[in-house]
Amino acid sequence: MYRIVAKETLVPSIQLMKIDAPAVSRKGKAGQFVIVRTHERGERIPLTIADMDPEEGTVTIVFQEVGKSTRELAMFKAGDSIMDFVGPLGIPTHVEKLGTVVCVAGGVGVAPIAPIARAFKQAGNKVITIMGARSKNLLFWEERLKAVSDELIVTTDDGTYGRKGVVTVPLKEVLERPEKIAEVIAIGPVVMMKFCCVTTRPFNVKTIVSLNSLMLDGTGMCGCCRVSAGGQTKFVCVDGPDFDGHTIDWDIFQARQQIYLDEEKQALQEWERCGCVSAAQKGRA
Amino acid sequence: MAKLDLNRVEMPRQEPKVRAKNFKEVALGYTEDMMKAEASRCIQCAKRPCVAGCPVNVDIPEFIRALRDGNVAESVRILKGKNALPAICGRVCPQETQCEEACTLGKKGASVAIGRLERYVADWELAHHSEGKPQIPPPTGKRIAVVGTGPAGLTCAADLAKMGHKVTMFEALHEPGGVLIYGIPEFRLPKAIVKAEVEYVKSLGVEVRLNSVIGKLDTVDEILSSYDAVFLGTGAGLPMFLGIPGENLNGVYSANEFLTRVNLMKAYLFPEYDTPVKKGRRVAVVGAGNVAMDAARCALRLGAEQVYIVYRRSKVEAPARHEELENAEEEGVIFKWLTNPKRFIGDARGWVTGMECLEMELGEPDASGRRRPIPKPGTEFTIECDVAIVALGTTPNPLIAQTTRGLATTSHGTVVADEQTGKTKKDRVWAGGDVVTGAATVISAMGAGKRAAASIDRFLRGAQ
Repeated sequence: MYRIVAKETLVPSIQLMKIDAPAVSRKGKAGQFVIVRTHERGERIPLTIADMDPEEGTVTIVFQEVGKSTRELAMFKAGDSIMDFVGPLGIPTHVEKLGTVVCVAGGVGVAPIAPIARAFKQAGNKVITIMGARSKNLLFWEERLKAVSDELIVTTDDGTYGRKGVVTVPLKEVLERPEKIAEVIAIGPVVMMKFCCVTTRPFNVKTIVSLNSLMLDGTGMCGCCRVSAGGQTKFVCVDGPDFDGHTIDWDIFQARQQIYLDEEKQALQEWERCGCVSAAQKGRA
Repeated sequence: MAKLDLNRVEMPRQEPKVRAKNFKEVALGYTEDMMKAEASRCIQCAKRPCVAGCPVNVDIPEFIRALRDGNVAESVRILKGKNALPAICGRVCPQETQCEEACTLGKKGASVAIGRLERYVADWELAHHSEGKPQIPPPTGKRIAVVGTGPAGLTCAADLAKMGHKVTMFEALHEPGGVLIYGIPEFRLPKAIVKAEVEYVKSLGVEVRLNSVIGKLDTVDEILSSYDAVFLGTGAGLPMFLGIPGENLNGVYSANEFLTRVNLMKAYLFPEYDTPVKKGRRVAVVGAGNVAMDAARCALRLGAEQVYIVYRRSKVEAPARHEELENAEEEGVIFKWLTNPKRFIGDARGWVTGMECLEMELGEPDASGRRRPIPKPGTEFTIECDVAIVALGTTPNPLIAQTTRGLATTSHGTVVADEQTGKTKKDRVWAGGDVVTGAATVISAMGAGKRAAASIDRFLRGAQ
């Protein structure tokens, strides 16, 4: 069992949890992910690492409540324990001194991009960060990103905070500046990552995306997470999660994200109908 | 003594029509009377060819004699002396090509049903716990890390613990057992049996650390700084795909994924368990090994109306155990022999709707000694399916090899190790099972684990 040391609701439906996992916190690097399982009947949930504190022995995860499993996880409190926590998995984000890099984050993608932006900053890069959310009340970690960025641009879809619109608009503007952009790193919803790649392509700027595909074991055993990259089949869990976004077949990726849509809906409905509280309590017992 | 019966005692099984709809165990095991009748068929011959036929050299005539004499507890002692996982072996060993193939009786009639008797003894022990904790010699003070908790690792760990060494096992998944848990379905090997056997290994003082992906968490080199020796029993967990168009369509699974969802994650109990699996209406399984049979039979039990096995060679060349082919046939799996998939066909939303295949014929034998399948041009046809499962085999996960200095591997990705001792090219590291041989059987992995344990023990005592 792995104890939840601290829990914080960052914005409605996005939760932060600090998990007591000393071994993972010692080994984990920015860009890697963990797999979480709340209880004996639970599914394995892959989550990109949002922060690590090797001295404290903790790993921070940030997740959005989407389906049954994440809503159930959200019901756990500080002091509770989750059944399984495995990591660090995947290949860390490749960080080196490149010059100027642009980090683009959308929605819950702000969490995994934070340690990556920090690592690029520490490696001596100029970091320009663009973060976006649907609305002001869904923005989090602005200060945290500001602290590791030379420039921070905030957007909201509805214009309630920062610039109105989506992240690709300021991204295009940054690319049009005379300054050479060495690399763009984009993490967020699939559509956002896809359009970041569409935006950067004419500028010929390498664009790294962190793919959050469906997974099972996370160690290369099943191929559930396979993507088509540069015409070749790759496993996100062992070959990624970072990929050159310009090589990804986004249509296949988007289709594969939908495989269990019906089942996810069914699971959530049944859970809501027959007492979600008791289910979560069962997990804690 | 009554005249020798040349026919073996049949083991009761669930009716095909009934069992094809449930995940309960197919084979039901001998009753006491059946066991006695079968045990008394063993003629206790002097040559004992069955023992040599067993990869872990179980004293087969002795355990059968104890059974015949009504001393089941003694039979347990003899069996467990050589085999730490008898309830598993009694169910999934290919006895027909090992101990039973060698049986003297086989020359005249049916060989003794050694596997069924082994299962009886093991199940009796699980129910009666006659055997107290085995005598373990005083601690040697040596520490061994076993990576992987499948059959090779469990056997190696059990043997080393019985020799007085302190063993820690590392498992990547959240449950121990490796392929016994994620691969082999409940109806062939109930998970309660695997759990009980793992508990036995733990009762010997073996520590099991779950959720530990060696190579990502600690590397083998790091482990070596705090352990005297390492055994790698990491199996062959990487699925092979066909490499044909459409393989990334929704509904196309590797057998590993399909079986892991169903077995480890218990997707057949969805939504009671959280992990889903697509229950196809028409399911096509590519391949004809045991894993393909397991996948096909799981698909039936999930409610598929039609399940096809598609194989490019003929029934004679099918690598699955005869018993598994027969079980699948009885349950209604449809076999498409001499059929090779060319591409998967999908709809506009990216879901598989069919598999275009080509008829084959057999030519001259190839490097594997089996007749080479040759395509018959112009014979393309489509098998409609909404789920397709690729069961072509597996190769070792490269994670350990990539992160361990000086560990030699072959071009197939397997770890190079001495066949007799399991010693790798790297100091203080042994390996055995599928990670060395490529995908093989549970018992051959156990045999390798056993030989490695003996070699590690010799090394540690020599180094004292």
